[in-house]
Amino acid sequence: MELVLFDAFNGLIQGTFYALMALGLSLIISLNSVINFAHGGFMVIGAYLAFTLAPYIGFWGALFAGPILAGLLGILVERVLVRRLYGRADPIYSLLLTFGLALIIENSVRSIWGAQGQPFRIPAGLDSPVSSVYFFLTGYRVFVMAAIALAAASLFAFLRFSRFGLRIRAGILDLETVSALGVNVYLLRAVNFAIGIALAGFAGVLAAGVLQLSPTMGNDVIMATFVAIVVGGIGSLLGSVLGGLIIGLAAGVTAAYYPVASDVVIYVIMAFVLIVRPRGLLGQEGLFE
Amino acid sequence: MSKPSKFLTRRRILEAGAAVAALPIAAPFIVKARGESPVKIGFIDPFSGTYAALGGYELNGARMALTEINAKGGILGRSVEIIPEDSAADVGKATVKFHKLVEQDKVDFISGSVSSAVSLALSHAANLKGILYLDTGGHVDTVTGQHCHWTTFKICSDTWMLANAITKTLVTKFGKRWYISTPDYAWGHFLEAGFASLLKQNGGTLLGNALMPLGSTDFSSVLIKVQAAKPEVFIVLQGGDDFVNLMKQATQFGMTKKMAFGYGLVEFENLVALPQPARTGWGVMEWWWQQPKNLHAAAFVAKYRKLYAKTPSARSWFGYVAMHSIAMGAAKAKSLESIKVARAIEGMALPPELALGPYPISYRAQDHQLLITEFVGEVNGTGKYPDFFEVKETIPGTKLAKSPAAKGCKITYPA
Amino acid sequence: MTGRLARSLILWVLLLLVPFWLPMVGGYTALASRILVYALCAMGLNLLLGFTGMMSFGQAAYFGLGGYGAGLVLVHLSGSSWLAVLAGTVLGGAAAFLLGPVVMRRRGIYFAMITVAVGQIFFFVAERWDSLTGGEDGLTGFSRQPLHFGGYVLPLSDVPFYYFVLFFFALAAGVMALVLRSPLGHSFVAIRENRRRAAFLGIHVERYVWAAFAFAGLIGGLAGALNALQNNFVSPENLYWVESGNFVIIAVLGGMRSFWGPLIGSIIFIGIQDYVSSLFPNNWESLIGVLFIIVVLFFPNGILGIIRRRAGLA
Repeated sequence: MELVLFDAFNGLIQGTFYALMALGLSLIISLNSVINFAHGGFMVIGAYLAFTLAPYIGFWGALFAGPILAGLLGILVERVLVRRLYGRADPIYSLLLTFGLALIIENSVRSIWGAQGQPFRIPAGLDSPVSSVYFFLTGYRVFVMAAIALAAASLFAFLRFSRFGLRIRAGILDLETVSALGVNVYLLRAVNFAIGIALAGFAGVLAAGVLQLSPTMGNDVIMATFVAIVVGGIGSLLGSVLGGLIIGLAAGVTAAYYPVASDVVIYVIMAFVLIVRPRGLLGQEGLFE
Repeated sequence: MSKPSKFLTRRRILEAGAAVAALPIAAPFIVKARGESPVKIGFIDPFSGTYAALGGYELNGARMALTEINAKGGILGRSVEIIPEDSAADVGKATVKFHKLVEQDKVDFISGSVSSAVSLALSHAANLKGILYLDTGGHVDTVTGQHCHWTTFKICSDTWMLANAITKTLVTKFGKRWYISTPDYAWGHFLEAGFASLLKQNGGTLLGNALMPLGSTDFSSVLIKVQAAKPEVFIVLQGGDDFVNLMKQATQFGMTKKMAFGYGLVEFENLVALPQPARTGWGVMEWWWQQPKNLHAAAFVAKYRKLYAKTPSARSWFGYVAMHSIAMGAAKAKSLESIKVARAIEGMALPPELALGPYPISYRAQDHQLLITEFVGEVNGTGKYPDFFEVKETIPGTKLAKSPAAKGCKITYPA
Repeated sequence: MTGRLARSLILWVLLLLVPFWLPMVGGYTALASRILVYALCAMGLNLLLGFTGMMSFGQAAYFGLGGYGAGLVLVHLSGSSWLAVLAGTVLGGAAAFLLGPVVMRRRGIYFAMITVAVGQIFFFVAERWDSLTGGEDGLTGFSRQPLHFGGYVLPLSDVPFYYFVLFFFALAAGVMALVLRSPLGHSFVAIRENRRRAAFLGIHVERYVWAAFAFAGLIGGLAGALNALQNNFVSPENLYWVESGNFVIIAVLGGMRSFWGPLIGSIIFIGIQDYVSSLFPNNWESLIGVLFIIVVLFFPNGILGIIRRRAGLA
């Protein structure tokens, strides 16, 4: 029984990571109407930037600088490429474009940093368990959970209380009206895209603490992120967080009872949700149909 | 479509140029070779995707060998060129590239591969075409076992050699209660079976074996189980990214301080990717650059570093050995015909400047497996790049390998 | 109409003569077979994607099932390449037919995601059922068998195998063209253009989506079986969502509104990628990525879309 609790908790920790990725992707889907297949790529960029900067500005500096630089790159990508998709109704073009982008990112990361995995060090204080009984609760994992919770809370506060954030939320609901009211929707969408990318970059830096830092590290995350969004409900940011936590938890519990199925369980959950309640837990009816 | 082919000829010219650049060292031979078409070796390896780093090391080693071969007059007086093709470790892509190399480029020989599945596929395809294939780094046992072919030679070791090399050391040094973590595919299963039976022979107990899918990222559930079982030795059979992910996580769980870690195969490329606290444990290297008493190895390392500004790994050596083996085989056979070269390589011993190790090594005639030396040792937790491994014992492959009959290999040549 | 006839005549002559002209321009026959196989699967998908307007992201599942069907027949049952192809096709088609009711009610991105979910479940079953599928290592131990015509035996080496593939490609293309010209095909397009209007006109939208889905799976199974014969190998990767993504990209790249679009897409995605990766083993991904972006930004109707427009202007 204790083992099951361990695994369940362990799954929740995984879930927070999916939640962070899903949050950024969900922002982009909602306001930019773009299905960003390069989201995993930006995650990798954030991680590598942090890896390069850490020797100069330390882990803590890199933890912020990596995502911010990734976000700035996001603005560039949005201004040059993504904005050209806005007039198109069919989301399939965004798939092709961002898939191309993902290829370019993976190749560029390999050219710049090499195909060889890189050693990314986390501060020594976070490198060990905080309790000898609950050994899976490592300093780093506690820190990751706290950091993600803080990031998510700040994002929600920003969207709720700042003028810009309110405009983003309004834009998600009805972009045309927001535009008619004189809000610069170009700026709105560019900044929104950058925030989404920065969140991916942040996830990348955090992931580099437990995963091999390699050009392909983002490839398998992207589909789990989509699953989190669909389960939580497309268009709902809170839903994305919830979806991430649920699939993480489910995978964790399955790993305890029936390890062979721990990968497939998230797809079973998604299929179930889509059959029973297609709009997801907190999603709106009819979005992206 | 005419454009790419134009590029192709241009690339050919560029590569020919590179061969000419090696001219000054051995001008007279090259002059003789001029005018004849070069001997071509197709080199199928992953240069994109997860295994890209490993493929890169193999190609670098192969290219270095190529300049040496050409400097000495090439193969049978003809210059040699490598045509590298990216398989992305995908069987479908690799198969098509194989046909491209054979039909369009008309290569004389095939080499390469990191992925076991690709090795098997290339081995079969090469056999159907009757073309010699040197498997550099696809470790799958059956290539020189159940599915062996007269056309295939394998350079990297098989699972039994690896497990046999280290089991005794681990048992006597750390204890007999083991837990094994196995990647869920054929190579992992073979390696696990080898370790399990050797452990039994040495009077040990296997507390458990956790199978994890290839490409897993989170190993917490396995680590939780292992921690609960409290073994004396935790055997990690994962390779590549999986190995690095597992080790990073196990270190943070504090497990490296509670039990000994043992590995079937340790790769330099993986140690480079590990942060310092996670660099710990005992394992087997198939070749190691640091051999103070071996002048040939030192010269090889120095030359490689000068060319690529990196330290060579076992994979660099695999690629290097593959090219030289072909050249030696062809010289011995005085022919480029695959069947004659294959006969020549059978039983062929590598000269010391190629073996680069403490013992003589040769291709076993009955199964075409190169019986390489295993370097058993400890991962160096405090060293700086490239001092990541300390060799404690070297064991000749002849003492480790199973007999060809036990592996189920029987090679038949076409009549 | 005569122009169209002339164009398709040229296409078929070119396809028939591939083994003769392709090597002259630096190609090779095995690549052409692979291009046809991927084109065929994407054409099947395009019945859903381009003609019915349903974004399926799970085509690889049926492609992979077709592969396992063919491979398992050759391993366990019989040495007939014909039977292997038949088994793969039926398996892919049957699976899609049975799953149709699960997916047919969803639309837009929800349809895409439920097809992903179903496909991934197949992928994980194939990956974990070691005793049947060979698991992660893939299904091996078979090779395509010579064809027997009465007393005459034709070994399926590269060139004959190309014609073997081309035969099935032509057959499937013919059937698909007939379907698209039939009332069934017109209903597909009506659903794409305006689902609600189609429903008002008395079209049982869901039933037609089901039909399109099953048909796409059937063609996918056929292509997968041919792919298994080409590689003498089936891998769980054949069912992975990334492979599904590849088929979508092939269709969009060539032009998903046109019947032959996926063939053009496959020539680019498989053919050009093969050339580029031979020329630049280390940088081909970026070049292909740039190509994708250029297509999206400047040729939104796919490559065939531009050719069409040019032809229309001229």
